[in-house]
Amino acid sequence: MSTQACIVGIGETAYCRKPGSGMSELGLQLKAATAAIANAGLRPSEIDGIMPFPNLGRAEEFAANLGCENLRFATTVHMGGAAPAASLGVAAAAIEAGLAHHVLLPAGWNGYSGARVRETVSEQSDSIPGGAIARDYYLPYGLTAPPQWYALLARRHMFEFGTKPEHLGQIAVTMRAHAQKNPNAVMQGRPMTLDDYLASPMLADPYRFFDCCIETDGAAAVVVTSLERARDLEGKAVPILASASGQPYPADEITNRRDLFRTGLTIAAPEAFGRAGVTPADADFAMIYDCFTFELLQQLEEVGFCKRGEGGDFVSEGHIGIDGSLPVNTHGGLLSEAHSLGMGHIVEAVKQLRGDAGERQLDSPSVGVVTGWGDFGDGSVAILARA
Amino acid sequence: MSEQKKTSVPKPLPVLEGFTKAFYAGCARGELLFQVCGGCNRWRHVPRELCAECGSWEWEWKASSGRGRVFTWTVIARALHPAFADAVPLAAVVVELEEGVRLLSHVIDCAPDALEMEMPVEVVFEAASDEVTLPLFRRAAV
Repeated sequence: MSTQACIVGIGETAYCRKPGSGMSELGLQLKAATAAIANAGLRPSEIDGIMPFPNLGRAEEFAANLGCENLRFATTVHMGGAAPAASLGVAAAAIEAGLAHHVLLPAGWNGYSGARVRETVSEQSDSIPGGAIARDYYLPYGLTAPPQWYALLARRHMFEFGTKPEHLGQIAVTMRAHAQKNPNAVMQGRPMTLDDYLASPMLADPYRFFDCCIETDGAAAVVVTSLERARDLEGKAVPILASASGQPYPADEITNRRDLFRTGLTIAAPEAFGRAGVTPADADFAMIYDCFTFELLQQLEEVGFCKRGEGGDFVSEGHIGIDGSLPVNTHGGLLSEAHSLGMGHIVEAVKQLRGDAGERQLDSPSVGVVTGWGDFGDGSVAILARA
Repeated sequence: MSEQKKTSVPKPLPVLEGFTKAFYAGCARGELLFQVCGGCNRWRHVPRELCAECGSWEWEWKASSGRGRVFTWTVIARALHPAFADAVPLAAVVVELEEGVRLLSHVIDCAPDALEMEMPVEVVFEAASDEVTLPLFRRAAV
């Protein structure tokens, strides 16, 4: 196993909705960043690589606030919610190549109190996946927002494989149950039943309200370094066995794919598992990017935790519960913890592998999988291990 | 943002430039045009510079039969864009045309809850503004 790079520090802010964070998005991310740097046992000035989340700040701003006088690696992976898990691989490669020693990955926003993703009305073609294609061929028909794009895939999956609303509901209910054990989950104290799910109003049929991730304010960050360097640091290292990313084809147009369910993850997963030298069966948990319920189901299939078309049965059989064969999103995920842009999934994986997950700690996990999903189906996967 | 949700917001329209200008100009004339590759004769949508299948830069616009089948859809029950607030429930439907290309549109004579997979449809055209005519679909005989 190649274990050259590792995550050595994690940090998060509180997640909230009303009344909002009361901070700027940069401020929020700096809070998470300083927490992650301290968790690593580093000084902010030692950060020499920064990988901001797409459209959520420039490396220069982070460096100027943190006092990173020796910033020498700054880049962004433009894959929406797939960016954090993909960035782990880019950061690892940069470290292995000697481009940087300590790379900071911040992500955070005022997703509740600031501009809402769901209400993105801009016809500015650079602000939406697909750019001018979406502007010229989707927006005139009211297809303007993520749940609507992905609902097209969900319905076709239901038609081809018999996936049912109850399967999607099982995912929503499971994520909500997990959030009950997470003090930082926005939905702690608000459990949900399958009946609650089925009674929730339609948003973009087949997506109901409870198929959708929650909109929240908050930020998370991680610090990546080499295993060799981590030996001298206070933060407990979590090796990155492999990280890979991929894109659907074509990535900029969601309706004309020969195979609608071949997404970026379909390419990325075998690549990452091959390089890591493990298989999906070796995973003790998975943190799956759950922007919507069906995307979680589809990623289970494309990673290879079950066969394509069997995702519905897989979730209904209870595999993804915290006591199941493959606990998924033990923190509650985007659906019930907070929309931390996928960075929260990495933070939770590190907590589990360090043994720091509190009430929701799994029994000595040794391998964990984290995925990302963005834009019209960009995908990423990182495979992490216990040191 | 909710105070901005006024139905007076105009529906977004395509920007008529490049290939898109030609596509919608065809619609205004009652033709549903797609690029057909000069190298491998494949139909394609959306318009591209060259054929991703065979690499040919040769292509021409050809008019589709306009006949196709419903491939998938979503029923937008709550408008997330203020221009569609009065239009919901509204089904955004992907139609697969006989020539193999797929197009996002509406089926105008079918209630959202009456849509069915593989339902046969045919194109009609409707002016959305003085400049833009959109391709829409109606139910067709099997």
